[in-house]
Amino acid sequence: MELVISITIGVLAGSGIWLLLRPRTFQVIIGLSLLSYAVNLFIFGMGRLRVGAPPVLDSSVPGTLAHYADPLPQALVLTAIVISFAMTALFLVVLLAARGLSGSDHVDSVERSQ
Amino acid sequence: MTFADQLIIAPILIPLFAGGLMLLLDGRRREAIAAIGILSTLALLAVAIVLLVTSMEEDPARTLRVYLLGNWSASFGIVLVVDRLAGPMLLLTATLGCAALLFPLASWHRAGSYFHPLFQFLLMGLNGAFLTGDLFNLFVFFEVLLAASYGLALHGSGRARVSASLHYIVINLAASTLILIGVSLIYGTAGTLNMAALGERIPLLDPSQRRLFDIGTSILGIAFLVKAAAWPLGFWLPTLYAAASAPVAALFAIMTKVGFYVILRLGSITTEASGGETMLFAEGWLFTIGIATMCFAAIGMLSSQDMGRLAGYNVLVSSGTMLAAIGLGGTGMTSAALFYLVSSTLTVAAFFLLVELVERGRTPADDVLAVTLEAYGAEEEEVDEENEVGIAIPAIMAVLGVAFLACALLLAGLPPLSGFIAKFALISNLLEQHWLGGGGIVSVQGWILLFVILISGLATVVAVTRAGMRSFWTFTERELPTIRGVELGAVALLLFLCVALTVQAGPVMRFMQVTAHGLELGRPYIGAVQSQPGNGLRQKERTP
Repeated sequence: MELVISITIGVLAGSGIWLLLRPRTFQVIIGLSLLSYAVNLFIFGMGRLRVGAPPVLDSSVPGTLAHYADPLPQALVLTAIVISFAMTALFLVVLLAARGLSGSDHVDSVERSQ
Repeated sequence: MTFADQLIIAPILIPLFAGGLMLLLDGRRREAIAAIGILSTLALLAVAIVLLVTSMEEDPARTLRVYLLGNWSASFGIVLVVDRLAGPMLLLTATLGCAALLFPLASWHRAGSYFHPLFQFLLMGLNGAFLTGDLFNLFVFFEVLLAASYGLALHGSGRARVSASLHYIVINLAASTLILIGVSLIYGTAGTLNMAALGERIPLLDPSQRRLFDIGTSILGIAFLVKAAAWPLGFWLPTLYAAASAPVAALFAIMTKVGFYVILRLGSITTEASGGETMLFAEGWLFTIGIATMCFAAIGMLSSQDMGRLAGYNVLVSSGTMLAAIGLGGTGMTSAALFYLVSSTLTVAAFFLLVELVERGRTPADDVLAVTLEAYGAEEEEVDEENEVGIAIPAIMAVLGVAFLACALLLAGLPPLSGFIAKFALISNLLEQHWLGGGGIVSVQGWILLFVILISGLATVVAVTRAGMRSFWTFTERELPTIRGVELGAVALLLFLCVALTVQAGPVMRFMQVTAHGLELGRPYIGAVQSQPGNGLRQKERTP
């Protein structure tokens, strides 16, 4: 499981960074999304990967981390997802505004040939 | 918990509610919305003053105050901390907020909707970032202030603003992912995100964990260097600040300082724990980055044709100077850097406002003409012999000219204003610490910093003088800018504060010295946060 998760994070982050460096705004926004997925998985992974361990306390089980998944990284991921989602939406609006004002979807608003 | 303790959360709540209330009002009721904005910003100013005054008390228990959100103890909940570093930053934010809010009342706030709510949310994010004692909470407040700043940067719209904002948003989103990676690495190794608890746990980490932890803090540091616009991560800044509307750019002058603040804060906590050795950043790196930023900014200033970019590069100069100063280390350098921070933030904000006023009457054709004249060395227009008495400068241009002169003196660090005192303090500390103190001779780094500070000052003089001559002394016929009283008032307020800072330099500097000393120790901060009684302990006893 660790290997699958690490490869997933690596592939997502790698593709995200590649797309982030591309000249079209659409590629950039997809790159940012992929990068944020990678980061969300990474945060989740930093709480240690566990199978069959709930992050919810149960009164019949001792309340130590040996019996539960760490709930804090999961809470952090939720916050990070919400924030990156909102920022992507905002970026989409700015992207469209730039496209509308300049007539080009290049990140510098100018085509190289011009 | 007394009322004064509850005040700690007020700098976050006041703008939050003010901004929310504005959104509920009909957007056409501009007067009401502006009135709420002014009231909220004045309330922030009052709260900041109260918090600062209480943090100046002699009793050490009062100088550093901790606010437990929901009364959970620091190991479970999120804490807010006011100390001698956060206090002045809050006051600086509120002061800058007042000036930057006064200015657009004349015309700018009509350039687009939601100026006032976004302004309040930006203030909220700034205050939160200064107050919080938790790394993830810091990330959240950073996002709050960034989200508001994206909206404000776009205020007024137009192709240049949208294009510059696009770059700004991409860079900051990428930097935010870096913060998240750093924060999660730190949590994964140290098991806490509370800054004080981190300070305690660092020495207990075993070497393999410690290595990962160091990588985490370094990634976090890089993210905050992006925010502080350090070279080579700060190329977005001059374009964005030049494109943004004047009041927004003035408020943005403090945003790079947030990055600097966090680096200082984290550096303080992690340094003490690891026995005097800065681990957030190898000291040499921070110094080198600071020097490179200053050099880049000096070259940028000399090459910039419009005044907005010139002002933007001035932000970079101050950023670089502060980074290099704390990179060199020592209580004296840190306190001088903090004094410089206050002075340069006020000055740069005033300069942004002033630039807009001066440029208002100009048409793009004037700039082209001025550049062409300079480039081709066209002969000066012949002034009629009989009229040699000269051309009368209109009163409004004279007022602006005086303000411009004051700004130039402040930016370049020439006597007699506070810019000079700040740079003098930096240089005298540099010489004292390494020369008159123990070391015998000034180290190579010391000489480099001294030289670069002087050179960047010279570059500022050249660039600002050139811009000033082009605006005030050209013979091109131009329409006089129409300027409202509040706009001049905002500039005058900021410049007056710089003068006040000059007159009261002694007490302010002493305050900063105590602040820097406290940062050097680090331990009082950790102790105060950890010892605060809260609800958490009962919880701990219940679970075996």
